[in-house]
Amino acid sequence: ALLESHERHRVTTKICCLPVAHQNVHRFSPGRTFPTVDPRTGEVIARVAEGDAEDIDRAVAAARRAFDEGPWPRMTAYERCRVLLRFADLMERHNDEIAALESWDGGKPLEQSAGGEVPMAARCMRYYAGWADKIHGMVVPADGPHHVQVLREPIGVAGQIIPWNFPLLMFAWKVGPALACGNAVVLKTAEQTPLSALYVASLLHEAGLPDGVLNVVPGFGPTAGAALCSHMGVDKLAFTGSTGTGKIILELAARSNLKPVTLELGGKSPFIVMDDADVDQAVELAHRALFFNQGQCCCAGSRTFVHESVYDEFVEKSKARAQRRVVGDPFKKGVEQGPQIDGQQFKKILGYVKSGVDSGATLVTGGERVGSRGFYIQPTVFADVEDEMKIAQEEIFGPIQSILKFREVGEVVRRANATQYGLAAGVFTRSLDTANAVARALRVGTVWVNCYDVFDAAIPFGGYKMSGVGREKGAYSLGNYLQTKAVVAPLRDPAWL
Amino acid sequence: MHRFADLVDQHVEELAALDTVDAGKLFLMGKMMDIPGGANLLRYYAGAADKIHGETLKMARPLHGYTLKEPVGVVGHIVPWNYPTTMFFFKVSPALAAGCTMVVKPAEQTPLSALFYAHLAKEAGIPDGVLNVVPGFGPTAGAAMASHMDVDKISFTGSTEVGRLVMQAAAMSNLKPVSLELGGKSPVIVFDDADVDMAVNLVNMATYMNKGEICVAGTRIYVQEGIYDAFVKKSVELAKKSVVGDPFNPNVHQGPQVDKDQYEKVLKYIDVGKSEGATLLTGGKPCSDKGYYIEPTIFTNVTDDMAIAQEEIFGPVMALMKFKTVEEVIQKANSTRYGLAAGVVTKNIDTMNTVSRSVRSGVVWVNCYFAFDPDAPFGGCKMSGFGKDMGTDALEKYLHTKTVVTPLYNTPWL
Repeated sequence: ALLESHERHRVTTKICCLPVAHQNVHRFSPGRTFPTVDPRTGEVIARVAEGDAEDIDRAVAAARRAFDEGPWPRMTAYERCRVLLRFADLMERHNDEIAALESWDGGKPLEQSAGGEVPMAARCMRYYAGWADKIHGMVVPADGPHHVQVLREPIGVAGQIIPWNFPLLMFAWKVGPALACGNAVVLKTAEQTPLSALYVASLLHEAGLPDGVLNVVPGFGPTAGAALCSHMGVDKLAFTGSTGTGKIILELAARSNLKPVTLELGGKSPFIVMDDADVDQAVELAHRALFFNQGQCCCAGSRTFVHESVYDEFVEKSKARAQRRVVGDPFKKGVEQGPQIDGQQFKKILGYVKSGVDSGATLVTGGERVGSRGFYIQPTVFADVEDEMKIAQEEIFGPIQSILKFREVGEVVRRANATQYGLAAGVFTRSLDTANAVARALRVGTVWVNCYDVFDAAIPFGGYKMSGVGREKGAYSLGNYLQTKAVVAPLRDPAWL
Repeated sequence: MHRFADLVDQHVEELAALDTVDAGKLFLMGKMMDIPGGANLLRYYAGAADKIHGETLKMARPLHGYTLKEPVGVVGHIVPWNYPTTMFFFKVSPALAAGCTMVVKPAEQTPLSALFYAHLAKEAGIPDGVLNVVPGFGPTAGAAMASHMDVDKISFTGSTEVGRLVMQAAAMSNLKPVSLELGGKSPVIVFDDADVDMAVNLVNMATYMNKGEICVAGTRIYVQEGIYDAFVKKSVELAKKSVVGDPFNPNVHQGPQVDKDQYEKVLKYIDVGKSEGATLLTGGKPCSDKGYYIEPTIFTNVTDDMAIAQEEIFGPVMALMKFKTVEEVIQKANSTRYGLAAGVVTKNIDTMNTVSRSVRSGVVWVNCYFAFDPDAPFGGCKMSGFGKDMGTDALEKYLHTKTVVTPLYNTPWL
């Protein structure tokens, strides 16, 4: 009933023939394109030029030239800052168009793209613009008469591979610091969502980014992605995606030129509701922590641990909330959940529903497809989930909430940590001491206390264990795109040491 | 703050004209450097506003501790007349970024651009009451601010003698923290491996920039004996070529002194120099009997104990002195009560490293001068003051560090 009619949203896209590198528009091997699909219907939105190893070669060559000889690293940081600020202004000016592209390509509610993600991407660029002219090294005390300066230099050509769940935001998290530090970039978009990066790359050019500094290559992992990871001319690699692919990336980097790698991988993040929690607030927050972005978040709160004293009430209220969740065409106002990204994910998620049922968890609500077109799935809640069940161990990346019961703090911390992942966690409690103790005990990169999915530009984000290596955002991300050089000279007759 | 910077850029000509008319500054310099520099500083600090970090701490007991960097509150800024725009933004930009509110008292000689900036700030969306500009005089408005019980911090740029009064008033009232950027008698040391033409040009700029009305003016020029004679000859030639005149004229190098008081003070110092026995090589006189124009002036045979070598003249007067060795010149360079800036001209890496560490000053410019930068902290030592403008260091003046501590129970690590 929800999906009888699809909104025909009027979007004027100016992209028909998609370039690779923004200037020096490279002509692809003739004819090879791939479709990008509208997840509301499964229909093709556009065909996009497909980059392969040869195209990656050309893109890296352009980036190398831009870095080794071009103006970008040679201009002042202030000038780089101005380019990034102008880019942010342009993103704001084209907010609605970019948001429509994101929602069309990726299925996320338009209110989310237009009201949240695009403005956040612009905000992220401004944050990094402000770092450009403040990158400092130390002058350090030596044990003897030496003058020692530490220079932080741009690392060179950064290869970046971004996922399909937050295409534009991931673009900003990667390109922002890389450019702010004076580097050149070759960026491979996810094959499911190639459009928004191509669009904003043209805005970056309009903002004054010199030729060859940013090269966007649409393509597939095993071809373009692997070529980028193995390329001897790439100085740094940054990847966001699944843990399985992350391992391959690291291996390719090691086998080629040992380029340093940062990885933002999967998660199975615990959301812990303590006995002193306000149940209504906890239910709402836990719901959003899991169901946001159709459940397609690396840090989704996908194991909801609830204290036994509030468990039954929590399950009932979570069921009601899930049933109230508005699923439909992302272009329609008031829709909270759009379709899953593609057929592959769709099948995988329904497979997990079956697994949950088969392993004995209680299917409280949902579990079925919605409508007959596209990749819509009902908001699904399992209760009485046990730690060993597949739905409690493996990353589902879909709208399936798993509720587990616990008795006391020590136990839930141990169980929360009993995973190969370690990306994020939510802790819902009124107690200061519990918050402090549990925050320190959880082996995760982000602990959200009485909140979730707070992603301000200054907050470092990343995983422990197999959720990743390194941090993005905040001051801690700059090191990913800088090299550190010590310059040492003797001092004769120093007045002090 | 970014919108404020954009508005400053949009009104660059009007603002440059205000400073020229008010302070005799070169119009072209204002338009190309000073005003865009102000916008630049606003953007630098706009980019710093969301990067003010406290720290989580490593406590020696089971305690969770962290620092918060909080805005210090209401700041009083006292801004001088020599660089009305630059000084305004030196002070206002970091204070705004830190989240403070402020009262700015521009110099009575140059109130106009500050008032215009306040208007642009409002247009940019800075809420009412955050930035207040009160034109007035030191002994009344300035003193009131320095003594006010509800002002949390005073930031002053001006003369050493008035700086003293500000500090006293702060002490006598509510002990508000004070930062002072005061006068200087900055040395420029030219070694005999220097390219003489390059050094002569550098020194000429160091002394005569902005008609000598600049706290970091390089006014004590120490030239190593090997190149001394050639240096003196070329310096005099260059000084004589300087065009002094109407600052709206783009071909003019030097405008008038800011007012009658300054004008008379400079001429008096020239007389003092003559009476102390220094040799006047060029200049020393007014250029005309209208306005406050003074010829670029050079003295030689100056000894370090002379008034013209110890006291800040704030005019286009250069004292040229000869030296033999590095040790000697370091000692001479440090022989005043001031410590604001220093210039060093040499090609030798060891000389540069030794001298830059040995000279007691807030900034050392090697083979350059006036190399200011938004990211480079600037401020003096000794009686040139304390506290830094520019760089992330400047934010510290407008922040207060608060430490928050609470016990930890059952923590897996400490």
